[in-house]
Amino acid sequence: MESQYYNQVEIISKDDLRRLQNERLHKTLLNAMNVKFYQEKFKSMGISASDIKSVDDITKLPFTTKDDLRNNYPFGMAAIPLKDCIRVHSSSGTTGNPTVVLHSRNDIDAWAELVARNLYMVGVRDTDVFQNTSGYGMFTGGLGFQYGAEKLGCLTVPAAAGNSKRQIKFMKDFGTTVVHIIPSYATRLAEVMAEEGIDPRKDLKIRILAIGAEPHTEEQRKRIEDLLGVKAYNSFGMSEMCGPGVAFECKEQNGMHIWEDNVLVEIVDPVTLKPVPDGQIGELVLTTLNREAMPLIRYRTRDLTRIIPGDCPCGRTHRRLARFQGRSDDMMILKGVNIFPIQIEKILMGYKELGSNFLITLETFNNNDEMTVEVELGELGTDNVGDLKDLVKDITRQLKDEILITPKVKLVPKGSLPSAEGGKAVRVKDLRKLF
Amino acid sequence: MIVEQISVFVENKAGSIEKVTKALADAGIGIRTFCTEDGSDFGILRMLVTDPKKAETVLKNSGFSAFCNKVVAAKCANKTGSLSYLLNKLAERNVSVEYMYAYQDNDEAKVVLRTKDIELCNTIIEEQ
Repeated sequence: MESQYYNQVEIISKDDLRRLQNERLHKTLLNAMNVKFYQEKFKSMGISASDIKSVDDITKLPFTTKDDLRNNYPFGMAAIPLKDCIRVHSSSGTTGNPTVVLHSRNDIDAWAELVARNLYMVGVRDTDVFQNTSGYGMFTGGLGFQYGAEKLGCLTVPAAAGNSKRQIKFMKDFGTTVVHIIPSYATRLAEVMAEEGIDPRKDLKIRILAIGAEPHTEEQRKRIEDLLGVKAYNSFGMSEMCGPGVAFECKEQNGMHIWEDNVLVEIVDPVTLKPVPDGQIGELVLTTLNREAMPLIRYRTRDLTRIIPGDCPCGRTHRRLARFQGRSDDMMILKGVNIFPIQIEKILMGYKELGSNFLITLETFNNNDEMTVEVELGELGTDNVGDLKDLVKDITRQLKDEILITPKVKLVPKGSLPSAEGGKAVRVKDLRKLF
Repeated sequence: MIVEQISVFVENKAGSIEKVTKALADAGIGIRTFCTEDGSDFGILRMLVTDPKKAETVLKNSGFSAFCNKVVAAKCANKTGSLSYLLNKLAERNVSVEYMYAYQDNDEAKVVLRTKDIELCNTIIEEQ
């Protein structure tokens, strides 16, 4: 009988995991001492790699931030000679230098193993046809999933981003069974299928979706599953850690197992930077444990999440991350209130009358900051403007209960807001005058 | 007579009604009559068309939010007092009109009526 685990490390005992982590952390710190940035940082804090006896000592170590990576652009964070690196990825930097991540051959193999492990976990096998709708190139969602699905032995379809009609044609003609896709594009594809007269349940063979790279709600996942007749599993990755593969949901669909043989996980209070106990929300901080080219120590991901306490029925011993609560840096502050776009999305997704695209605009009117939420109407269920006005009122009230500020809600026609063909959808426009 | 009415969500913006009429024209569907109901940011365009089922499909496939429901199209003689007579019959049976509009069908004047109970409204009209 085939094993339900791709790698036996998935069910490693807590004691063995700790031993493995101690060993790998030690190696990581020695490796990090090849990086000038870490040499200087350690020296200035008066610590050395040998002071760290076990993972319990992790809090003695300095944090690494995205700015540190930018300041060491392009190859300042390399721990091995460039001749031993075989690939460089870079994340989309909106301001200043992009962040660059180097990979050795072993890094690429380890990354592919993580992705293969994830796909196997949700039932993907070598008999599957795997279509990747991620952008390829410098974005890790392309090659990351490509190598992982190949390692697993799937027939891979590197369709890349965009061109919805062609995506659907490949799905149909190649008998695609597994798709990697960002959630907003999954709903967009379902719309195009409807326009093309294609019923995904009858005309296509897709059964599994790996969704990630974009915050989304449980409601949006359910909607995608209903629209396409599939199981959709949440994927978490970031180019700084490797890319997709860092954490992934199992068939329980209740949190993403973060592979603790690969990274050391901490959740810290974003203000005090002190660790919080399992179950409490904070910023995810990760230390690479299995990385040659570019070890990162206590990297601040800016993602807000929590560890789901307790064991998972699937038998895997690696802890689970809850759904992300936004990022500590895309938090909007309006009239002194902290607001995350995901709070607004959660409310909007609760209305079956609404489509999936929305846009939050922050503007200054008469020295007063206001929020407008535009959302696309889905199906029209009435011939009466009054009913739509009631809908707007109801949405406004629900949003106010959630974010404590009364936004102006506008219904707009389908197709009039940015959707996510080939990239992350723009959800927030900040046009405020800053004084 | 009970007929199908098609309603479309339109934004309060230049050209938005034109997009609807163009989609129908391109599909060879004629508009018999229409009315608009206005909100502040958006409105609803209601129409009687030559082929309501096809119009619904065409509009939905073109990305519009459209809705099909039933209304009564009542004949109304072209003379003073005939509309009043019709509405009086509805009022006598306690039928409230949500909205109405009018059109000319060949040589006949017709009134489109939307009420809560469309069957009852139609029965009262047919009795005349």
